[in-house]
Amino acid sequence: MSDLIANIGFLQQGPFAIPRWEALFSNIDLLWQGTIVTLTVASLGLALALVLGTVLGVMAASHWRVPRAFTRAYVEFYQNTPLLIQVFMIFNALPMVFSGLFIPVITIGILGVGMYHGAYISEVVRAGIQSIGRGQLEAALSQGFTYVGAMRYIIIPQAMRIVLPPLTNQAVSLIKNTSVIAIIAGGDLMYAGDAFAGRFGHYGPTYVIVGLGYFLMCFPLAMLARRLEDRTRVL
Amino acid sequence: MIELVDVSKHFGHLKALRHVDLEVPAGQKLVIIGPSGSGKSTLIRCVNMLEKPSSGRVIVDGVELTALRAPVAKVRQSVAMVFQSFNLYPHKTVLENVALAPIVVCGVKKEQATEAALTYLKRVGLSDKADKYPAQLSGGQQQRVAIARALNMHPKIMLFDEPTSALDPEMIQEVLEVIIDLAQGGITMVVVTHEMGFAKEAADRVVFMDEGRIIEDGTPEHFFENPQHDRTKLFLSKILR
Ligand SMILES: Nc1ncnc2c1ncn2[C@@H]1O[C@H](COP(=O)(O)OP(=O)(O)OP(=O)(O)O)[C@@H](O)[C@H]1O
Ligand SMILES: [Mg+2]
Repeated sequence: MSDLIANIGFLQQGPFAIPRWEALFSNIDLLWQGTIVTLTVASLGLALALVLGTVLGVMAASHWRVPRAFTRAYVEFYQNTPLLIQVFMIFNALPMVFSGLFIPVITIGILGVGMYHGAYISEVVRAGIQSIGRGQLEAALSQGFTYVGAMRYIIIPQAMRIVLPPLTNQAVSLIKNTSVIAIIAGGDLMYAGDAFAGRFGHYGPTYVIVGLGYFLMCFPLAMLARRLEDRTRVL
Repeated sequence: MIELVDVSKHFGHLKALRHVDLEVPAGQKLVIIGPSGSGKSTLIRCVNMLEKPSSGRVIVDGVELTALRAPVAKVRQSVAMVFQSFNLYPHKTVLENVALAPIVVCGVKKEQATEAALTYLKRVGLSDKADKYPAQLSGGQQQRVAIARALNMHPKIMLFDEPTSALDPEMIQEVLEVIIDLAQGGITMVVVTHEMGFAKEAADRVVFMDEGRIIEDGTPEHFFENPQHDRTKLFLSKILR
């Protein structure tokens, strides 16, 4: 058995050699800390994106001109500039505008992915609302519901079934996109991996394990999306 | 109860309503008849402001709805509408459909609204369907649920926009019977319909619309036996063959 392993060249030397794996696993708590930061940023960022996306989506589907124009501008800005530059701006430009302002890394990450994916989610929500027939809104309004009340009790619950699969896809890309904070501010799983790999040169095992970490966070959501999609097809 | 003063409605270049004046006293059962595209739906939808008039005034139950910042949602609570395509809430059960707005919009207690909902479902003959979803019901049953939903708001006015036009012929009667029964009570009713039998039996007054105008206005007897306009005669001769 050990003969067999001894003969597998790439475990003896090169980027995936066994000593590199050993070094990684003895320092695994570094990656673990990064994972916790990433999970925090991802979950709070997702919460922000969902709230923002729902509010903006409802505004975008309304007949109120000013809120509609505002959401349009917001969405176009966030969808057509790279997330990296947006995060850079939050990190560097905001403290210049409000001098002395210190924004913790985690907050930068949450704002970054939250506002970026909020734009995408608002488009998903808008499309979902618009897919519900006009008669539903009219029925609700004719009973004395306000526009917001009609959205809350009648339209959004129905749009939810249609919107859940694309929403889950957004959650998955949000998790992966938390990794941009590695480049700007640091602290997350990607950054922890970069830092460790850069210090000792153990790139191979580090990126395998970091990649696996992201996979384990995203895959359950992707599975959920598939399940929901199957269910909405039956409905 | 309802007063339209010089109401016009334009969709782009198209004039769906042209200077319509109409006054409906409390308790009246008014039937609106007219060819397709004559503006019947637009007119009835102006009453609860689902369609905003381009000009003119709409006054319902003493409130001018066309005024700036009029309490439109508040007034709509007492102006129920029944749609051609039912528009039941598909994600709610029949009982929830009937009880939801009283609870959420009017603040009625849940038990009370549910109890009243069951009473109205019984009245339209559907107590046994309370826990079904709209999709599990026939068209006629759905429309009767929609009527129960409207009644549970305890409206002063009920608006019907072709309530039987989307139904298979064998279901029209069951819905008409419910509406005729309602017409015995004191609610003010405005009904757009092609059912001449209903107009004869239940209406106090019939108006005939053509090209965005009311061109005939009178009792059912007057309308069917002694119409004034050639346009009305032509319409009647086509429909009452
Ligand atoms: N939202 C709208 N946008 C543009 N045009 C409209 C709209 N609603 C109605 N119209 C037009 O206004 C005119 C009157 O329509 P309305 O629906 O009031 O007619 P109707 O008498 O109810 O006809 P029907 O018997 O077919 O229901 C029609 O020419 C119609 O095409
Ligand atoms: Mg119509």
